Amino acid sequence: MSIGIDHMTTFHSLYLLISREFLIAFRHRHEALNPLLFFVLVCLLFPLGIGPSPQLLNTIAPGIIWAAALLAILMSLGNVFRAEYEDGTLELMVLANQPLVVLTLIKLLAHWLLNVFPLILLSPIIASALGMDFDVQITLISSLLLGTPVLLLVGATVATLTLVIPQNGMLLALLVLPLYVPVLIFGSSAVSATAIGMSAAGPLYVLAALCILSLTLSPFAIVAAIKTGVSQ
Amino acid sequence: MGYTIAFCLWQSRSRFHTENMALEVKNIHCSRGHRQLFTGLNFSLNSGEVLLVEGKNGSGKSTLLKIVSGLRRPDSGDVLWNKQSLSSIFSEYTQQLVWLSHRNGINDSLTAKENIQVSISLSKSTDVNIKKVLEKIGLNAYANTPVRQFSAGMKRRLALSRLLTQKAQLWVLDEPQGALDKAGIKLLESLVEEHVANDGMVIMSSHHDVQFENITINTLQLYTHDK
Repeated sequence: MSIGIDHMTTFHSLYLLISREFLIAFRHRHEALNPLLFFVLVCLLFPLGIGPSPQLLNTIAPGIIWAAALLAILMSLGNVFRAEYEDGTLELMVLANQPLVVLTLIKLLAHWLLNVFPLILLSPIIASALGMDFDVQITLISSLLLGTPVLLLVGATVATLTLVIPQNGMLLALLVLPLYVPVLIFGSSAVSATAIGMSAAGPLYVLAALCILSLTLSPFAIVAAIKTGVSQ
Repeated sequence: MGYTIAFCLWQSRSRFHTENMALEVKNIHCSRGHRQLFTGLNFSLNSGEVLLVEGKNGSGKSTLLKIVSGLRRPDSGDVLWNKQSLSSIFSEYTQQLVWLSHRNGINDSLTAKENIQVSISLSKSTDVNIKKVLEKIGLNAYANTPVRQFSAGMKRRLALSRLLTQKAQLWVLDEPQGALDKAGIKLLESLVEEHVANDGMVIMSSHHDVQFENITINTLQLYTHDK
């Protein structure tokens, strides 16, 4: 980060705020590793538990990978805005001379890139280990790219609403999991459809619609939740 | 079930200004759960004035300051900035405001310099020399030290850097002396004196004795009565 600042544009400010997120994440890299490790372990332990039958693995692999990704994202939700709420940065964000919805999107983008995107990068390796064909892996990656933003945005909305409640992990899981079910169903059914030679377009379109809907509405809901949280 | 009624006494030890009125709190009411914190509260603050909010723990000092800063809305009544309601000019108002709560607003993982940089980014301040700011708050030797290694007083000093990096007319300070040593309190007092001398305005709550040279202090006393 530079020391002297003579003329700071909005974009430069936003760039610095994104840098902040990556810098903090780098200094807490173990936190980003936890969901990743959880995802890999769950996916790899299933075949050990139920046996290495390729036919059985082909049937259940989409569900395993999607459920593991969903739970890994759920694990990371507690970190969204929690530190900012506790150290007072969230109050400064509300009073900042930057639009709060933009600051929220920066935070969510950084969280997705640091905590979720590595899961998607690893998913082809996991999929190969579970015996998935290449075209099924492509569908898996597509479904995860469309579905994980929904999981993050919906989860972050609920996480922000429950910010003022200490030790809110269990409550967060209870509130969020029912909202995750449609994404899980459409995500794993897209992969399963490709695995049996059918078109995955239908479920993927639904995921794309959910993605756009949550991208459009969730940031504003999160902004409202942040304002409620800091007013307490 | 017991509940609390709070009311306020407006003690002014300075001359009353009617011109250039900038901040006005009009007939605000606020309650927390079943507790009424204050009701029918009115006061105004002009350029070059300091308002000290006093009261016991739980009397609603922090809540009042949150209302004045725009972080919380009163149950009824209004806060006006240059005769306009905060809700209608919130983004313009925040450009004129520095908020310092009991939470420092700094990240323990970042260094002192990085935290100041973040503060500057949030406020979109320009022409800020971070080195000079660090010198002023006495943390120049710790510019690249992670804040997690700081003492509570050093963190509070770092939070005070926002008073220097943001060019704002109104400072709202909630217990600003918290964790500061004598030198830190002196620093805070000098910053406030300088700000007020430049026609700035300060609203602050405090449990400590506040001594400013050449400044008249208005005191707002929040009284709490348990029934």
